Amino acid sequence: MSAITLKNIVKEYGDGYAAVNDVSLDIADGEFVILVGPSGCGKSTLLRMIVGLEDITSGELRIDDDLVNDKAPRDRDLAMVFQNYALYPHLTVFENIAFPLRLTKGALSDDEIDARVRRASTLLELDEHLDRKPANLSGGQRQRVAMGRAIVREARAFLFDEPLSNLDAKLRGQMRTEIARMQRTLGTTTVYVTHDQTEALTLGDRVAVLRRGVLQQVASPRSLYEQPVNLFVAGFIGSPPMNFLPGTVGESSISTPFGDLPLTDRLRSAVDGREIVIVGIRPDAFHDVDESDVPDEAVRFEAEIDVTEWLGSELYAYVPFTSHDDVAAKLEELDRDLDGEGMRTQLVVSLDAMSTLTDGDDATLWFDPASAHVFDPETGDNLTRDAERASKLDEHGAKARKRAIERAREKAERGEASVAVPSAG
Amino acid sequence: MLTTKQKVWWALGTVAVLVYALFPVAAIFATSFKPSSELTSGTFLPSSPTLSNYESILAGDAQELFLSSLRNSIGISVISTVLASILATLAAYAIARLDFPGKKLVLMTSLAVSIFPVISIVTPLFNLWRTIGLYDTWPGLIIPYMSLTLPISIWTLTAFFRQIPWELEQAAQVDGATTYQAFRRAIVPLAAPGVFTTALIAFFIAWNDFVYGISLTSTSAARPVPAALAFFTGSSQFEEPTGAISAAAVVVTIPVVVLVLLFQRQIVSGLTQGAVKG
Ligand SMILES: Nc1ncnc2c1ncn2[C@@H]1O[C@H](COP(=O)(O)OP(=O)(O)O)[C@@H](O)[C@H]1O
Ligand SMILES: [Mg+2]
Repeated sequence: MSAITLKNIVKEYGDGYAAVNDVSLDIADGEFVILVGPSGCGKSTLLRMIVGLEDITSGELRIDDDLVNDKAPRDRDLAMVFQNYALYPHLTVFENIAFPLRLTKGALSDDEIDARVRRASTLLELDEHLDRKPANLSGGQRQRVAMGRAIVREARAFLFDEPLSNLDAKLRGQMRTEIARMQRTLGTTTVYVTHDQTEALTLGDRVAVLRRGVLQQVASPRSLYEQPVNLFVAGFIGSPPMNFLPGTVGESSISTPFGDLPLTDRLRSAVDGREIVIVGIRPDAFHDVDESDVPDEAVRFEAEIDVTEWLGSELYAYVPFTSHDDVAAKLEELDRDLDGEGMRTQLVVSLDAMSTLTDGDDATLWFDPASAHVFDPETGDNLTRDAERASKLDEHGAKARKRAIERAREKAERGEASVAVPSAG
Repeated sequence: MLTTKQKVWWALGTVAVLVYALFPVAAIFATSFKPSSELTSGTFLPSSPTLSNYESILAGDAQELFLSSLRNSIGISVISTVLASILATLAAYAIARLDFPGKKLVLMTSLAVSIFPVISIVTPLFNLWRTIGLYDTWPGLIIPYMSLTLPISIWTLTAFFRQIPWELEQAAQVDGATTYQAFRRAIVPLAAPGVFTTALIAFFIAWNDFVYGISLTSTSAARPVPAALAFFTGSSQFEEPTGAISAAAVVVTIPVVVLVLLFQRQIVSGLTQGAVKG
């Protein structure tokens, strides 16, 4: 178990393209850190530099206190799970898991190897598949073999490169919980790459958001969701994504296609003389007037619902609007960055599942203006970000993680004996 | 699933193909056991089977001619197979894994070489070899054989290497292997069947050649079996050496059949793997 420190890491490929640009990140011992971003943003490149499969153009990479920039992968002692699992097709499941141990050349006896492989296979419920070849396994089983190969070694850290992206949705959910549990039990430092913001929010102690090779924000999931630093992070984190509305600043309010936000002190200092801003409101901040108590400060507006989607636990309603020319370009660029399809602009509203709204209905909706973020249309910066609140959320996250790890270690110490006995016998 | 009717048609088709392919072999096999008096009898099976033909090529008159040519065939085929396999493995590795200018050119050139008719090269080669002293020597046959075996080896192996999951090498390195160990333990086991199949194909091409063998040799110094068969003579000038030729043909067919039977699983998997995703 180790801490990993990245300092001003840059990767330029042969064509001069900076796939990773000046990334600095401290990963604490035992921490679960997620690298997230749309595809092509440099996540895999960063991970491969950490593990040693890609040269670092400039910057420093330290594991604990050793500078490892020029060390071969085998000397870094990190375990990695590849996106397509990279199992050895000519070896059985047992031998696949034992592979790293066999390379330790005599450091481990055959009995020891056998015991360790069986401990891992029990943990991952692979016991009855040990004699099979990877080609005969299902996707989820292959995935678990790849994880088994990573955990037998007791490496200094685990690195995952989109390990769940080849699984179907249901299995992905299961394996996600499984990985979280495993990481808590083993308490091993983990760096996990994904393009899926749900995975990022559910798994990570801290999440690092990358955009075109540049680190945007590193924060706890809650802080990332509630206090994003800019348009990109706000648009990337959360599903359905945050709504971005053009806002024209007037004397006493910011007017949007869906009602006017009164210029409170918070908003006035955020706007700070700008005439046009982008207003960001999460879909779940909207409510139906008929189905909830409306607080005094609420902003109400009439909307003609275009399409509704009922998902059982909630109802999504879509309301098209025309964007302001000045912000349209910025939002289009954002959409491209987020791998979007350049769809028409529409408001997404997440309502109670009991709502009876259907396509074509007229509804009166409301939202609390305090939940709205205001962004600079030029730079994309979040002008309403509450840094104090953000660091409080981060602290809270760090504490929760510490508690979870302690609990898991206690539990492991108590449970250790019961796991060790059958494998030794 | 096949219906009964389809099954019958498949069976009939298979039998037809088998008869078509194997009848000549069976005829030669039967002929090799006929005494010289029966060669023109017109019957398929010998009425009084004899081993005299085998005796004549292995111990009798034709012994020297046959055994020396057998030695030539084995030596020349094995050497050209080994050389072609090594060169083709290196070339295919480079083509499949590295990016270099002229990659297409290498592939296209080797294809062009292989579609060039052998018979059109053989006369110039005859003159050239005589001038530089390669005529009627082992290298004089090994070199042209490699021009037959290299192109097909390069193409088969390139197709095969392209679908090897090379990232396994990186996975092995992360698992703690040195560069060499990663190659040895993760890649070689996957590449071996392809190289092996290609080597077998190359061996058969060299083993079966006739045109180069007859044109570029004049004595038993380098003459391979297919060419030597033409030089068999009967025990008198009025007697056809058909029996001895048949026996020799059977002897040279045996290694091919044995190799194929021994390694048919590898050959099939090697060929289909290369073919499916090339
Ligand atoms: N070997 C390479 N040579 C040149 N460019 C590359 C190479 N590998 C990746 N890239 C580029 O680097 C960027 C980041 O790639 P990658 O790290 O794989 O992204 P991600 O894993 O986030 O999807 C992409 O724009 C990709 O085209
Ligand atoms: Mg990737």
